[in-house]
Amino acid sequence: MSDKPASKKFSLAGMGVDLTTAGPAIALLILCVIGYLLNPAFISEGNISNLLTRSAFIGIIAIGATFVITSGGIDLSVGSMAAVIAGVMIITMNALVETIGSGVATVILGCLCAIILGIGAGYINGALTTKGKIEAFIVTLGTMGIFRSLVTYFADGGTLSLNFEIRGVYRPVYYDSFLGLPIPVWVFAVVAISGWLLLNRTAFGRYCTAIGSNESVAKYSAIKVDRVKTYTYIIQGLCVALATIIYVPRLGSASSSTGVLWELEAIAAVIIGGTVLKGGYGRIGGTILGALILTTIGNILNFTDMISNYLNGTMQGLIIIIAVWLQRGSAKN
Amino acid sequence: MVEIEAVAVPVLRADCVSKSFGKVPVLFSINLDIYAGEVHALIGENGAGKTTLMKVLAGFHSPTSGQIYLDGEKVALPPNGETEKLGVVLIHQELNLAEQMSVEENVFLGREIMKGGVLDRAAMNAKVSEYLREIGLNISASDRVSDLSIAQKQMVEIIKAISRNARVLIMDEPTAVLTESETELFFQQVEHLKSKGVAIIFVSHKLGEVKSISDRVTVLRDGQWIGTHSVADLTLDAMARMMVGRELSDLFPPMNEIDVDAPVALEVNNLFAAGVEGVSFIQRQGEILGFSGLIGSGRSALFEAICGINPIYSGSVAVHGQARQFTSVAQARDAGIVYLTKDRKGKGLLLNQQMRPNLTLFSLPKFVKRFGIDRESEENALTRAIRRFDIRALDSGVNVGDLSGGNQQKLLLAKIMECDPSIVIIDEPTRGIDVGTKQQIYHFIAAIASEGVSVVVVSSEMPEVIGVSHRVIVMREGKIAGEVTGDAINEYEIVRYATGLKKESANV
Repeated sequence: MSDKPASKKFSLAGMGVDLTTAGPAIALLILCVIGYLLNPAFISEGNISNLLTRSAFIGIIAIGATFVITSGGIDLSVGSMAAVIAGVMIITMNALVETIGSGVATVILGCLCAIILGIGAGYINGALTTKGKIEAFIVTLGTMGIFRSLVTYFADGGTLSLNFEIRGVYRPVYYDSFLGLPIPVWVFAVVAISGWLLLNRTAFGRYCTAIGSNESVAKYSAIKVDRVKTYTYIIQGLCVALATIIYVPRLGSASSSTGVLWELEAIAAVIIGGTVLKGGYGRIGGTILGALILTTIGNILNFTDMISNYLNGTMQGLIIIIAVWLQRGSAKN
Repeated sequence: MVEIEAVAVPVLRADCVSKSFGKVPVLFSINLDIYAGEVHALIGENGAGKTTLMKVLAGFHSPTSGQIYLDGEKVALPPNGETEKLGVVLIHQELNLAEQMSVEENVFLGREIMKGGVLDRAAMNAKVSEYLREIGLNISASDRVSDLSIAQKQMVEIIKAISRNARVLIMDEPTAVLTESETELFFQQVEHLKSKGVAIIFVSHKLGEVKSISDRVTVLRDGQWIGTHSVADLTLDAMARMMVGRELSDLFPPMNEIDVDAPVALEVNNLFAAGVEGVSFIQRQGEILGFSGLIGSGRSALFEAICGINPIYSGSVAVHGQARQFTSVAQARDAGIVYLTKDRKGKGLLLNQQMRPNLTLFSLPKFVKRFGIDRESEENALTRAIRRFDIRALDSGVNVGDLSGGNQQKLLLAKIMECDPSIVIIDEPTRGIDVGTKQQIYHFIAAIASEGVSVVVVSSEMPEVIGVSHRVIVMREGKIAGEVTGDAINEYEIVRYATGLKKESANV
């Protein structure tokens, strides 16, 4: 559409490549080439599969965040929300072991519980923002603190561990593969495709974009602004729940340090992907690439000694700043 | 021209001042002079160029041609409000105060008194308190501006101006937002300033006020200087006649005869809402009903309440004989009643999007097929709309913000017509668009009405209301001031209702 962040910055512009959509893809490609040059093992099947699996958590959350940000909101609470959902889920499943045993039913009930919590938490964020007329930044800053302290309280300052027997049943959700791809990658793909369809092909998606562009226009155009905005937070909550469901079997535990800074990584993925932070223009495809870029940086740093792995955050930070700087460049044109 | 003191030199004088924005001329060779201790009123219809003239006098716009004289000497006024240093202060209609700061801080904003590198609050406080006492305003220098009433805020603006040794005070509709008692207080202050030798220029639509407070009055019409007269020489009716007095051209389509037996489409009974105080009217099917009145007389507020944008406090609305109270725009739309906003850019169109999503946004449920948006029927709708409303764009992929105002307005009309409404309310149908497009829009309105759709035209441009409407309702201060039909529809009648010279009761 109107945002062509990279067109003047790269010489590729002359080749007729639409850098609007291609920008993040090219960045990812360059990163992969760098990764391969540093260590050919980068493109090994094992590493690619690992990279995709790692991207799935942030990616799924970031897809939810794309809806919130496109409609002009922000959700800072997602990391804490993931932690509290993981905690409550573990407590629930451990409790269910005593009544219905450590079978698949327990895991399914645990997952249901996670989904209900995610939707509920999203609804609270949405309702406070719309009905309560409080800025989204403040509402979610508040719930971020609340969720984080709740998980610390539930874990009594320590770690909540999943019952050992259930761990065995639940484990495949993270570690198994289907048709050669790990389960988390499948979930990521399904969420991504659904998200893309919802944002680009339905009236709801159009409404999100309209609200983010200009809330008054949306209101005068017979759009139920409050309802649509609340739904975006519910979608965000649902995405967090799904990400948590595939995350819990990885370590089988939750603590106050679970999901720390995930909100910033999710927002970063959305912005790197070309979605405009102030709303009105969202790209699910870009968000997926953004999540992949962030994970790839960390992965490459693991492969090389040239830059310390501790500088992961520095590299991610630089990428975010460059991405937004390129967006600003387009605003001036 | 009547001069108060033949020997005196005017403090501020505009000589043959013209102003164009781009290619659009707004002011044509205006003359105006103002003397110390004089109150000079500026009157004219909306769009006559009053605000532009005031901005030229205060240096916010530089004149395209003509000269400004200050104390008899030719000057080029500095831009951006720096004329304040020369003693010429413009008080905008939207007051320019920092709401969260105190009265004292506001008055001294940007020229604080310092002592030893820090603010000398005591000195500033003492000065402001003295001004407040002098002007007889019962507030404290440390009160926060956001806690003050609008009238008090206006006084703070005036104190700010006096404290800058203003010799010429230019005010844009200072009384528009004041109640009667506040207006009285305001006029006392004006008299006080006048006695101190301050020259005051003010715009007002309330002719009664103009008559009682000003010494001379200048009338503008369509950017032209019509005359400057001593108030004593003019009756209120004469002022109204000078403001109007214009020939209607064949801008307007021939009007269909209205079927007096047509069923009632819209019936509003004793409606109260924010800015609306007990309004009742009926509209028949296929009728074009004009709503005239001054800005802020409650016309937009009335229809925003009817269409579910703002809440209704009390009263009833019946659409096609069925009592309805809409709580959302979507409900109103589904009942066939739609509102086209006057704020095309702020509330009407998504400027950073293309025409297609803008066109279908209002009636999007109609374009949903199996959960998804049917792009093909959207494209067909756009093709139809472009043909029906003659929307001209280089290609359909341009952002709506890059279209001309006229094409934006046509697209907005197409957007609300896309849901096949039976009652259409168009607020300011031709604001800021050229004459050719205006004419097209008037023809669209007539065509829509001839299909049996009831059209309400809310407009501040009187020729427009008169030219397109079967019947005109005039609003004033949230109430219906009067109604004019048939041959009685003329600007003079409407102005008399809108400015409060004539009351409905007098008409019955």
